[in-house]
Amino acid sequence: MSIAKKETEIIDDFSIYQDWMEKYEYIIELGKDLPLIDEKFKTPENVIKGCQSTVWLYADKVNGRIRYTADADAIITKGLIALLVSVLSDETSDDILNAELKFIKEIGLQEHLSPTRSNGLVAMVKQMKLYALALKMKS
Amino acid sequence: MFDALAIRNQFPILKTKLGNYPLIYFDNGATSQKPQCVIDEIEHYYTSENANIHRGVHHLSQLATEKYEQARETIRKFLGAKHNHEIIFTSGTTAGINLVASSFGKTLNTGDEILITEMEHHSNIVPWQMLAEEKGLVLRYIPISKTGELVLDEIENLINTKTKLVALTHVSNALGTINPIEKIITLAHKQGAKVLIDAAQSLQHFQVNVQKLDCDFLVFSGHKIFGPTGVGILYGKEELLNAMPPYQGGGDMIKTVSMIKTVYNDLPHKFEAGTPNIEGGICLGKAIEWFVALDLKSIAEYEHDLLMYATKRISEIDGVIIYGTAKNKSSILSFLIDGTHPYDVGTLLNQQGIAVRTGHHCTQPIMDFFGIPGTIRASFCFYNTKEEIDFFIDALKRCVKMLK
Repeated sequence: MSIAKKETEIIDDFSIYQDWMEKYEYIIELGKDLPLIDEKFKTPENVIKGCQSTVWLYADKVNGRIRYTADADAIITKGLIALLVSVLSDETSDDILNAELKFIKEIGLQEHLSPTRSNGLVAMVKQMKLYALALKMKS
Repeated sequence: MFDALAIRNQFPILKTKLGNYPLIYFDNGATSQKPQCVIDEIEHYYTSENANIHRGVHHLSQLATEKYEQARETIRKFLGAKHNHEIIFTSGTTAGINLVASSFGKTLNTGDEILITEMEHHSNIVPWQMLAEEKGLVLRYIPISKTGELVLDEIENLINTKTKLVALTHVSNALGTINPIEKIITLAHKQGAKVLIDAAQSLQHFQVNVQKLDCDFLVFSGHKIFGPTGVGILYGKEELLNAMPPYQGGGDMIKTVSMIKTVYNDLPHKFEAGTPNIEGGICLGKAIEWFVALDLKSIAEYEHDLLMYATKRISEIDGVIIYGTAKNKSSILSFLIDGTHPYDVGTLLNQQGIAVRTGHHCTQPIMDFFGIPGTIRASFCFYNTKEEIDFFIDALKRCVKMLK
């Protein structure tokens, strides 16, 4: 499924929730489906560090596509990274690098978009794209 | 009876709605909101008084200078200082501490000791670490206990003849502890050490008289005491300030400049190089005028009531751990809920219109002491109400249900 298609599905999923509480409950649920990072990769170089919560992110190339695994110590953060992983995982480096990820704003998570917000989505997206770029050349 | 609602009405921002929720502002430890009169004063300054101060012969310059110096006088009275020139305008608490570290620091020698505490804000740790490294000084810490109070058992050893300065906070920003600064000042002076008080978290709650207290330096920030951001005060005893070399060089801090030599200006200008935050200074004066006209005794009682009430109500929630349980405490409630991350709780409280702070509050040594990454901090002001606390507790219960 293309990134754009996955984004549309997420927008549809979120559109049924009117209340912030349901929305966050859904994000928390998503965190439970996150493909967890292997404990051995929970190293300082795989941390997206902020002063609020910690995210561990790892990526590998499987059959020419980037596969992400991650974890976080706060469960909302875990849900947010899970959301990104579900959209970007198993896509090609080029598609990941070109993804605009407009769904974030559409589903009302723009408050997490502030570049200064620790562990905001911006830092996560940036790290995911960096992995995609680094793995692009790797066969 | 103290009328919180009447005071609340003077703060326009407190009428904010966030979605369907009224704003509940419990982040007063980070910054206070501003009453209408201070907001008006900012506008008035720029519409009617704006000019650069000192040495201007024209009307506006004289007016702005007069207002700025009146603010200094208001602040002198508020602190109970002897002279206006002991009141130095800075950009805030951090700047005040850095000024002392830099200028008073120049008078120190290798092997001299500086004593701080384990509960300091980073701004009262890092400047001393930098100075210690530069000058070969020894930096010591007064330890804290599980209740978040200073442990004074070893104080007689910690303050010794080598100690040149004791720098400590009056009220802990992360724990709320009110420290026994009178006692520490007395002990320090016995050994000939000077004392700097970080009053960033205290003056907005209760009045301090620097002469009675006999502290040598005291620093605070305007924005935490209902004034604008970017302005603060360093109080220093005249003889100390006179003995210290200037901090920054520039305009206003000089008497004469030639290509060979500069003669520095007298206090307070010696420490106020460059065009200051004129509006900030004037409006801080206004904020303090407004504040001292309130019944400060009733305010202290009211805030204490809020803290007691919040402490009691939060204990209803399973797994709540309060950090900072000192007997003598200001209206700061720092806590964690077992099995939840502070970031998650803060995020969900925000969704319900509640502003709290989460994280280490720039006091990592405290967090290390308790072995935690951070806390959730609700800090109350006299414009907060018990109804807001009730709402906050209900919102917290909702968070816990979602997160556990």
